[in-house]
Amino acid sequence: MKITVGGEKKEVAEGLTVAELIVLEEVEMPEYVTVSINEQFIERSAFESHVLQEGDEVEFLYFMGGGQ
Amino acid sequence: MRITIRQEDFNSMLAHALRERPDEACGLIAGYDREDGVREIDRVYLLTNTDHTNEHFTIDPKEQLRAIKDMRANGLKPLGNWHSHPESPSRPSEEDKRLANDSRASYLILSLMDAKHPVLNAFHIENTDAGKTVRKEEVIIIMEENGNG
Repeated sequence: MKITVGGEKKEVAEGLTVAELIVLEEVEMPEYVTVSINEQFIERSAFESHVLQEGDEVEFLYFMGGGQ
Repeated sequence: MRITIRQEDFNSMLAHALRERPDEACGLIAGYDREDGVREIDRVYLLTNTDHTNEHFTIDPKEQLRAIKDMRANGLKPLGNWHSHPESPSRPSEEDKRLANDSRASYLILSLMDAKHPVLNAFHIENTDAGKTVRKEEVIIIMEENGNG
């Protein structure tokens, strides 16, 4: 099936989960990554169970923060 | 690495940071990595610090997503982020270093410790075997009148 990851169209296997996509995309430091699908943020606890669907638009966003 | 920012973008960053005091202000930067090695900021995003404190910042992820899409739509590259230090110098704190997770990014810090003389510095922060290493980047503010820094 076709999905879009970070603005790029990709062909991935049916039934792929968010957690599997993180591995497939070799996302660095996934503990700092927030995932949005079709502009909805996915709870980290759902990464293993959330199955991607045809046409999904996925974005990996790095946590950005700090302190003085 | 040299990094350029237009005077008007610096001014809007500063105005946002002053408005947000005593809280830290934050945002993203986007632009181009030129062939001559200069990193050119073409757009500064003024975003919400969801921590709303003077000691921490977290960029609102919804605004971050909108900004990333805007960069993509305009052919801009995400170059890093910026935040203000309302009461401390323009250098990365231990927490800034700990949470800097992108070695390709430039991290800009605007100090308002002396609000009449704000200081903007940029840093490259990398994960190494020895821990986080910090390298200062040269910031050049491009004046509006003649286009030179």
